[in-house]
Amino acid sequence: MDMEWYLPLIWAGVIGTAVAMYVVMDGFDLGIGILFPTSQSEAERDQMMRSIAPFWDGNETWLVLGGAGLFVAFPLAYAIIMPAFYLPVIVMLLALVFRGVAFEFRIVSDNKPRWNVAFTGGSVVATLCQGLILGGMIQGINVRDGAYAGGTFDWATPFAILCALSLVAGYALLGATWLTMKTEGPVAARSRAQAKVLLLVVLGFMAAVSLYTPLSQDRIFERWFTLPNFYYLWPIPLITALLAFGCWRWLAQGRDAPPFLAAIGLFMLGFAGLVISNFPYLVPPSLTVWDTAAAPSSQIFMLVGTLVMLPIILAYVVFIYWIFRGKVREGESYH
Amino acid sequence: MDFDPLLLARIQFAFTVTFHIIFPSFTIGLSAYIATLGVLWLRTGQDRFRHVMQFWTKIFAVSFAMGVVSGIVLSYQFGTNWSRFSAATGNIIGPLLGYEVLTAFFLEATFLGVLLFGIKRVPPWLYVMSAGVVAVGTAISAFWILAANSWMHTPAGHEMRDGIAYPLDWFRIVFNPSFPYRFAHMLNAAYLTTGFVVLAVGARYILGGKFVEEGRTMLRMAIGMTAILAPLQLVIGDMHGLNTLKHQPIKVAAMEAHWDGSKPADFHIFAWPDEVEGRNRYALSIPKAASLILTHRMNGLIQGLDSVPASERPPVKMVFFAFRIMLAIGFFMIASALFGAFLWWRGTLFQNTWYMRVMAQTWWIGFVAVIAGWVVTESGRQPWIVYNVMRTADATSPVLGTTIAGTLALFVIAYGIVFSFGIYYINRLIAAGPGATRHEEDTPTPGRPIAAAHPAGKEAVQKG
Repeated sequence: MDMEWYLPLIWAGVIGTAVAMYVVMDGFDLGIGILFPTSQSEAERDQMMRSIAPFWDGNETWLVLGGAGLFVAFPLAYAIIMPAFYLPVIVMLLALVFRGVAFEFRIVSDNKPRWNVAFTGGSVVATLCQGLILGGMIQGINVRDGAYAGGTFDWATPFAILCALSLVAGYALLGATWLTMKTEGPVAARSRAQAKVLLLVVLGFMAAVSLYTPLSQDRIFERWFTLPNFYYLWPIPLITALLAFGCWRWLAQGRDAPPFLAAIGLFMLGFAGLVISNFPYLVPPSLTVWDTAAAPSSQIFMLVGTLVMLPIILAYVVFIYWIFRGKVREGESYH
Repeated sequence: MDFDPLLLARIQFAFTVTFHIIFPSFTIGLSAYIATLGVLWLRTGQDRFRHVMQFWTKIFAVSFAMGVVSGIVLSYQFGTNWSRFSAATGNIIGPLLGYEVLTAFFLEATFLGVLLFGIKRVPPWLYVMSAGVVAVGTAISAFWILAANSWMHTPAGHEMRDGIAYPLDWFRIVFNPSFPYRFAHMLNAAYLTTGFVVLAVGARYILGGKFVEEGRTMLRMAIGMTAILAPLQLVIGDMHGLNTLKHQPIKVAAMEAHWDGSKPADFHIFAWPDEVEGRNRYALSIPKAASLILTHRMNGLIQGLDSVPASERPPVKMVFFAFRIMLAIGFFMIASALFGAFLWWRGTLFQNTWYMRVMAQTWWIGFVAVIAGWVVTESGRQPWIVYNVMRTADATSPVLGTTIAGTLALFVIAYGIVFSFGIYYINRLIAAGPGATRHEEDTPTPGRPIAAAHPAGKEAVQKG
């Protein structure tokens, strides 16, 4: 088969993996930032932050891999998407600056509330921006002659705002279930209660987005509701419902890890739904993965490295999560 | 009001990249220093090495966080502000940045987690190894980013088709003509920068009479290292300069403010390059010295700025003065490191208070030299973004000037806040000193990190 046909597919898979890893792993970090104001004391906030302190840097690196992967494999898509979402991208990066430095600054500062605000503000704003970008992607990008041809605020639509709020709820759910798993005492108890509410909210948002997209976009409607696609695709909502029910039950039963895993499952199903709706478009509704692909030589050069390094990177991930397994312990800091 | 998107995009990138480079130049060297201290601790069992190691690890954590978050911004700015550059060179630059993420970023992030939070969860050898791995990771990161940057100066191993660069030979792309020199020069600069920070902090402790034992360890190690690396940097810099002369002669002409290529080049100790009239004012020069340095012959000729029209020249003043700032700091570093080594050999290093008083103030000189060096090389490449391949003016994104101006203002405000607090906290950690860590051991109060660091810190501040 033709190299120029399957290389972009492999790369779409690699970038999809990076984005999925980012959304889940930084998702619970950002979710903890979103839930931060609901905590009752600095000691509780210490506990919440310590549960992610050794991981956040690695988690955020998946965002860099996603961005770099897009640049490597689909430079044209990168050159269109970034200007199209200029403001949300830059504001997201600035928000992540504040979120990121808050980890270290809060420890050494004598004014913790200041960095609590930076941590929460950074997390909420970064999440909103990611949701806006997602919504804008689904709605499509105005492209002419291979370059972005829209305005500065094309992404600002009610649907994008719906996606942004959905993502806030989704990350908060990931964060709450993570805390349920990694912490003890009042923090764990409160997270468990929050997770239940958030689960319902997330299901509501998922239903709204899932109904709105096919109804507003004909190409997505056709993808889901024409035969034979419909035969293959109808289990997706069913599995989503079953997993959501499982998550609820496990939370109610006081289980530690299963609710978190179920929340990840819900995210993966939502992600799969988006891929199904939009594939093979990388810049919907005009440019596919093949239209925007880099030179095969560049894709191969980078793919060799990716195939060697990705298992090693996953080994790092397993290693660090294994070292810091179990509940958060007191006093684990270099300070 | 009409904003020029090109100028604003350049200012924004210059601002974010200058801010960013401060932290890698420090953390590349500091991670290596921390790892060295760890190895010494394991081999000798002496606690002072561990105290110094843990002290610098705190400062490393604060600096590294600022480096990470400001670096992510850059990787996205290629697309937001330079989309036409990204589309044209993505086949080349993309994989180089991609390899940086794959081979360095995950490695650093993972083992940093162990270094910062794992001391109670892993055995000492793994803890120290993590410090070493972080150090190697930062150097690998520098390798790829300098390969990408060097390719923009001396592009090789590619061909252009319809304005898009296609790779032909990856070995020649990575090891392009200026890469080995630039990589060696930058890595050494990072080690020197850290060396002078450690030297300054050590001198400060000895002068202040607090943490004297740790201060002596820092001073000896820093002088030992900089006495070798500072002179070495002169050799590497000279080789890099000759390489630049070969591939980018107009940049060298701007560095020396050398206009008329038909005469041997003087070395201007000071001058005010007049870019309109094409000559120097108020020049104080050593006749033919630049020719001697660059061609190793008194009457050797180098290309002058006059040989190309003004539109093809880099901004001469900027390149010329930045180069002089870098040189001046370089020579000061060589002199002060060698003099320190001489005092050490004489056995009077710790008695010589005026030497330490001067050195205690020099923590910033490496950063200024690094930034000045980058201004020389990046401004000197103009008007090209990829030398002789793509002009900077053709590289921008289809984004309005007002939008870029707005985000530039956001960057200035946000970075201003983050930088001010970062420097303030680092200063406070230095004031608190390695004693804070020791205090923590005597009365273990884990979980209340600041509680342990504070009393010593306040005391140090009041006395200092």
